[in-house]
Amino acid sequence: MDKPNLPDAAAKASYWRHNLGWLAGLLVIWFLVSYGCGILWVDQLDKIRIPGTGFKLGFWFAQQGSIYVFVLLIAVYVKVMNGLDRKLLGGRAD
Amino acid sequence: MDVRIWTYVLVGLTFAIYIGIAIWSRAGSTKDFYVAGGGVPSVANGMATAADWMSAASFISMAGIISFAGRDGSVYLMGWTGGYVLLALMLAPYLRRFGKFTVPDFIGDRYYSNLARFVAVMCAIFVSFTYVAGQMRGVGVVFSRFLEVDVNLGVVIGMVIVLFYAVLGGMKGITYTQVAQYCVLIFAFMVPAIFISFQIAGNPIPQLGMGGEFQDSGVSVLDKLDGLSEELGFGAYTEGRKSTLDVFCITAALMCGTAGLPHVIVRFYTVKKASAARTSALWALLFIAILYTTAPAVAVFARTNLLRTVTDTAYSELPAWFANWEDTGLIAWVDKNGDGAIQYSAGPALETQEGDPKFKPYFRSDEAGEPLRGEHGERLLDNPPTDNANELYIDRDIMVLANPEIAQLPAWVIGLVAAGGLAAALSTAAGLLLVISTSVAHDLVKKTMAPDLSEKGELVLARCAAGVAVVIAGYFGVKPPGFVAQVVAFAFGLAASSFFPAIILGIFSKRTTMAGAVSGMIVGIVFTGSYIIYYKFVNQDAEPWFGISPEGIGTFGMVINFVVAVLVSRATPPPPPEVVDLVDRVRLPRAAFGEEDSGPVAH
Repeated sequence: MDKPNLPDAAAKASYWRHNLGWLAGLLVIWFLVSYGCGILWVDQLDKIRIPGTGFKLGFWFAQQGSIYVFVLLIAVYVKVMNGLDRKLLGGRAD
Repeated sequence: MDVRIWTYVLVGLTFAIYIGIAIWSRAGSTKDFYVAGGGVPSVANGMATAADWMSAASFISMAGIISFAGRDGSVYLMGWTGGYVLLALMLAPYLRRFGKFTVPDFIGDRYYSNLARFVAVMCAIFVSFTYVAGQMRGVGVVFSRFLEVDVNLGVVIGMVIVLFYAVLGGMKGITYTQVAQYCVLIFAFMVPAIFISFQIAGNPIPQLGMGGEFQDSGVSVLDKLDGLSEELGFGAYTEGRKSTLDVFCITAALMCGTAGLPHVIVRFYTVKKASAARTSALWALLFIAILYTTAPAVAVFARTNLLRTVTDTAYSELPAWFANWEDTGLIAWVDKNGDGAIQYSAGPALETQEGDPKFKPYFRSDEAGEPLRGEHGERLLDNPPTDNANELYIDRDIMVLANPEIAQLPAWVIGLVAAGGLAAALSTAAGLLLVISTSVAHDLVKKTMAPDLSEKGELVLARCAAGVAVVIAGYFGVKPPGFVAQVVAFAFGLAASSFFPAIILGIFSKRTTMAGAVSGMIVGIVFTGSYIIYYKFVNQDAEPWFGISPEGIGTFGMVINFVVAVLVSRATPPPPPEVVDLVDRVRLPRAAFGEEDSGPVAH
């Protein structure tokens, strides 16, 4: 049962804690760009124009920007979790 | 070559590819049939997920909806993409580690109860049928509009194709055909968009062209569209009309609903490991984002083109596409002020015929079946005109379907749009049918009614269930019940208010008990369901509660579900130790327990 290279309880707990920390951080950004910039503050942001284009900033967030940020958020999470996996498993990927 | 021949060639070619793939990827075991053997590469799974997700509605209707709704259309753009962040971060990797075949499997095991499993199976089947009926109809509509085949014959052709590769190949066949279908549909969506963006704004990238300037006048496209829309009484395109609270709730219901839809979740069971589930969620959203960031640009260009073409133009001077699409009933004109020119402004132009749930134009024809025409050559209508100034009825689907013609693109582009629409509808239909057949064969029969069914027997049963589901879906496609369009709100609201909280709590809160999860799901569904039924069917004219439309109420159902589940869980004894252990294992990579992750297992 006991395999020498398996992570101990503390390492497992730390893995889960880090996971939750990143989740919370990324979901806050997720909320701010979509519900924040795209919905709640859209009218205020619409007073600003993205220089060189016809886009009002709030409108751009609602129909374009939020989607780009969503893709980035998942990309960051993939990278972070692959790193956490390697750390937990002593250099091996999941 | 003319449009008809191009359409036949392109549709025939893509169908041949789908059938070829189906024969190459036959399923040999239940694992092949349910989860494609569990070894699909991340990129391929990402494409398949994208095709699975983007339905006839995304391809044909979404740009049109946005083009009529302006900024309010962003609820669909954000709602149907933001859910993937939740999926990738909070659902897909954990469910993949759990290592079974279906969502009801997880609910049943995590909440140690066949009752919970049964509730989940019923939700999965209901949600999938609601959805699939619309897809089959979409197939029929594309056939009838582009190939002048009868809608019902179109549905039957679609049924045969889906039947062939879903029954033969199961998830394996579906996955690889969906990869091909994604390529077809994205190509078909992007080509006209790039052409039009280049024509109007001189920029081949629609996402940038949308914020650009007209090539001829140097005026900003969005400013011009705002101006035109305001002049005609529609209100500025880039400003919202729905209340902030309503937009917030609809977006949240769509996001959480997306993350809780069984045909989307099950796609993440087909990859090798949890890390691959994360990567394929990234690919999926990237592939979806290509279409979803282009759609608002198409909406802007199509709307601008339309307003510039029709406003105050004499009927006799309109381009040929107007009469073509008039014949299909997607556009209609009634000369209210008798000046022979089209006045387009806010408000419905025509009354809905009595007994119809939704507006439909009825064109008059003589006894020989020849259409009756007015003095300018327009088709005459039975629908009485309304008393406002608007003379034009436009179906929103025309924004994508007729876009290539309005922009005077070559014939092959028009054929391509037909092939793309079919790819979008077929891929989604197949994915949903698989969920239905899996739910019946695996969750209902194997897991609850006849546990000693052999694998071979289960595979036969799954194939039969898929066959029966195709026939039922086809029937709904031929005879769509009047409520289909209205129950789509149900699918998302239901998924958001039932599955989503149950799965999230199942992973992130060990203390959640069977009683908590089941009572949460039931209260969530009953609340959301009764609100939607009341405002959609019983009392359509009632002022909704706090101004929240039925599409957005799933958000409240979800919050109520969470609250009830947590409170009831506190009041009931904690879950047994083996369930706590199960949750621990789902949270960490399998290798941390010295186990190999060899993919989902049946028993």
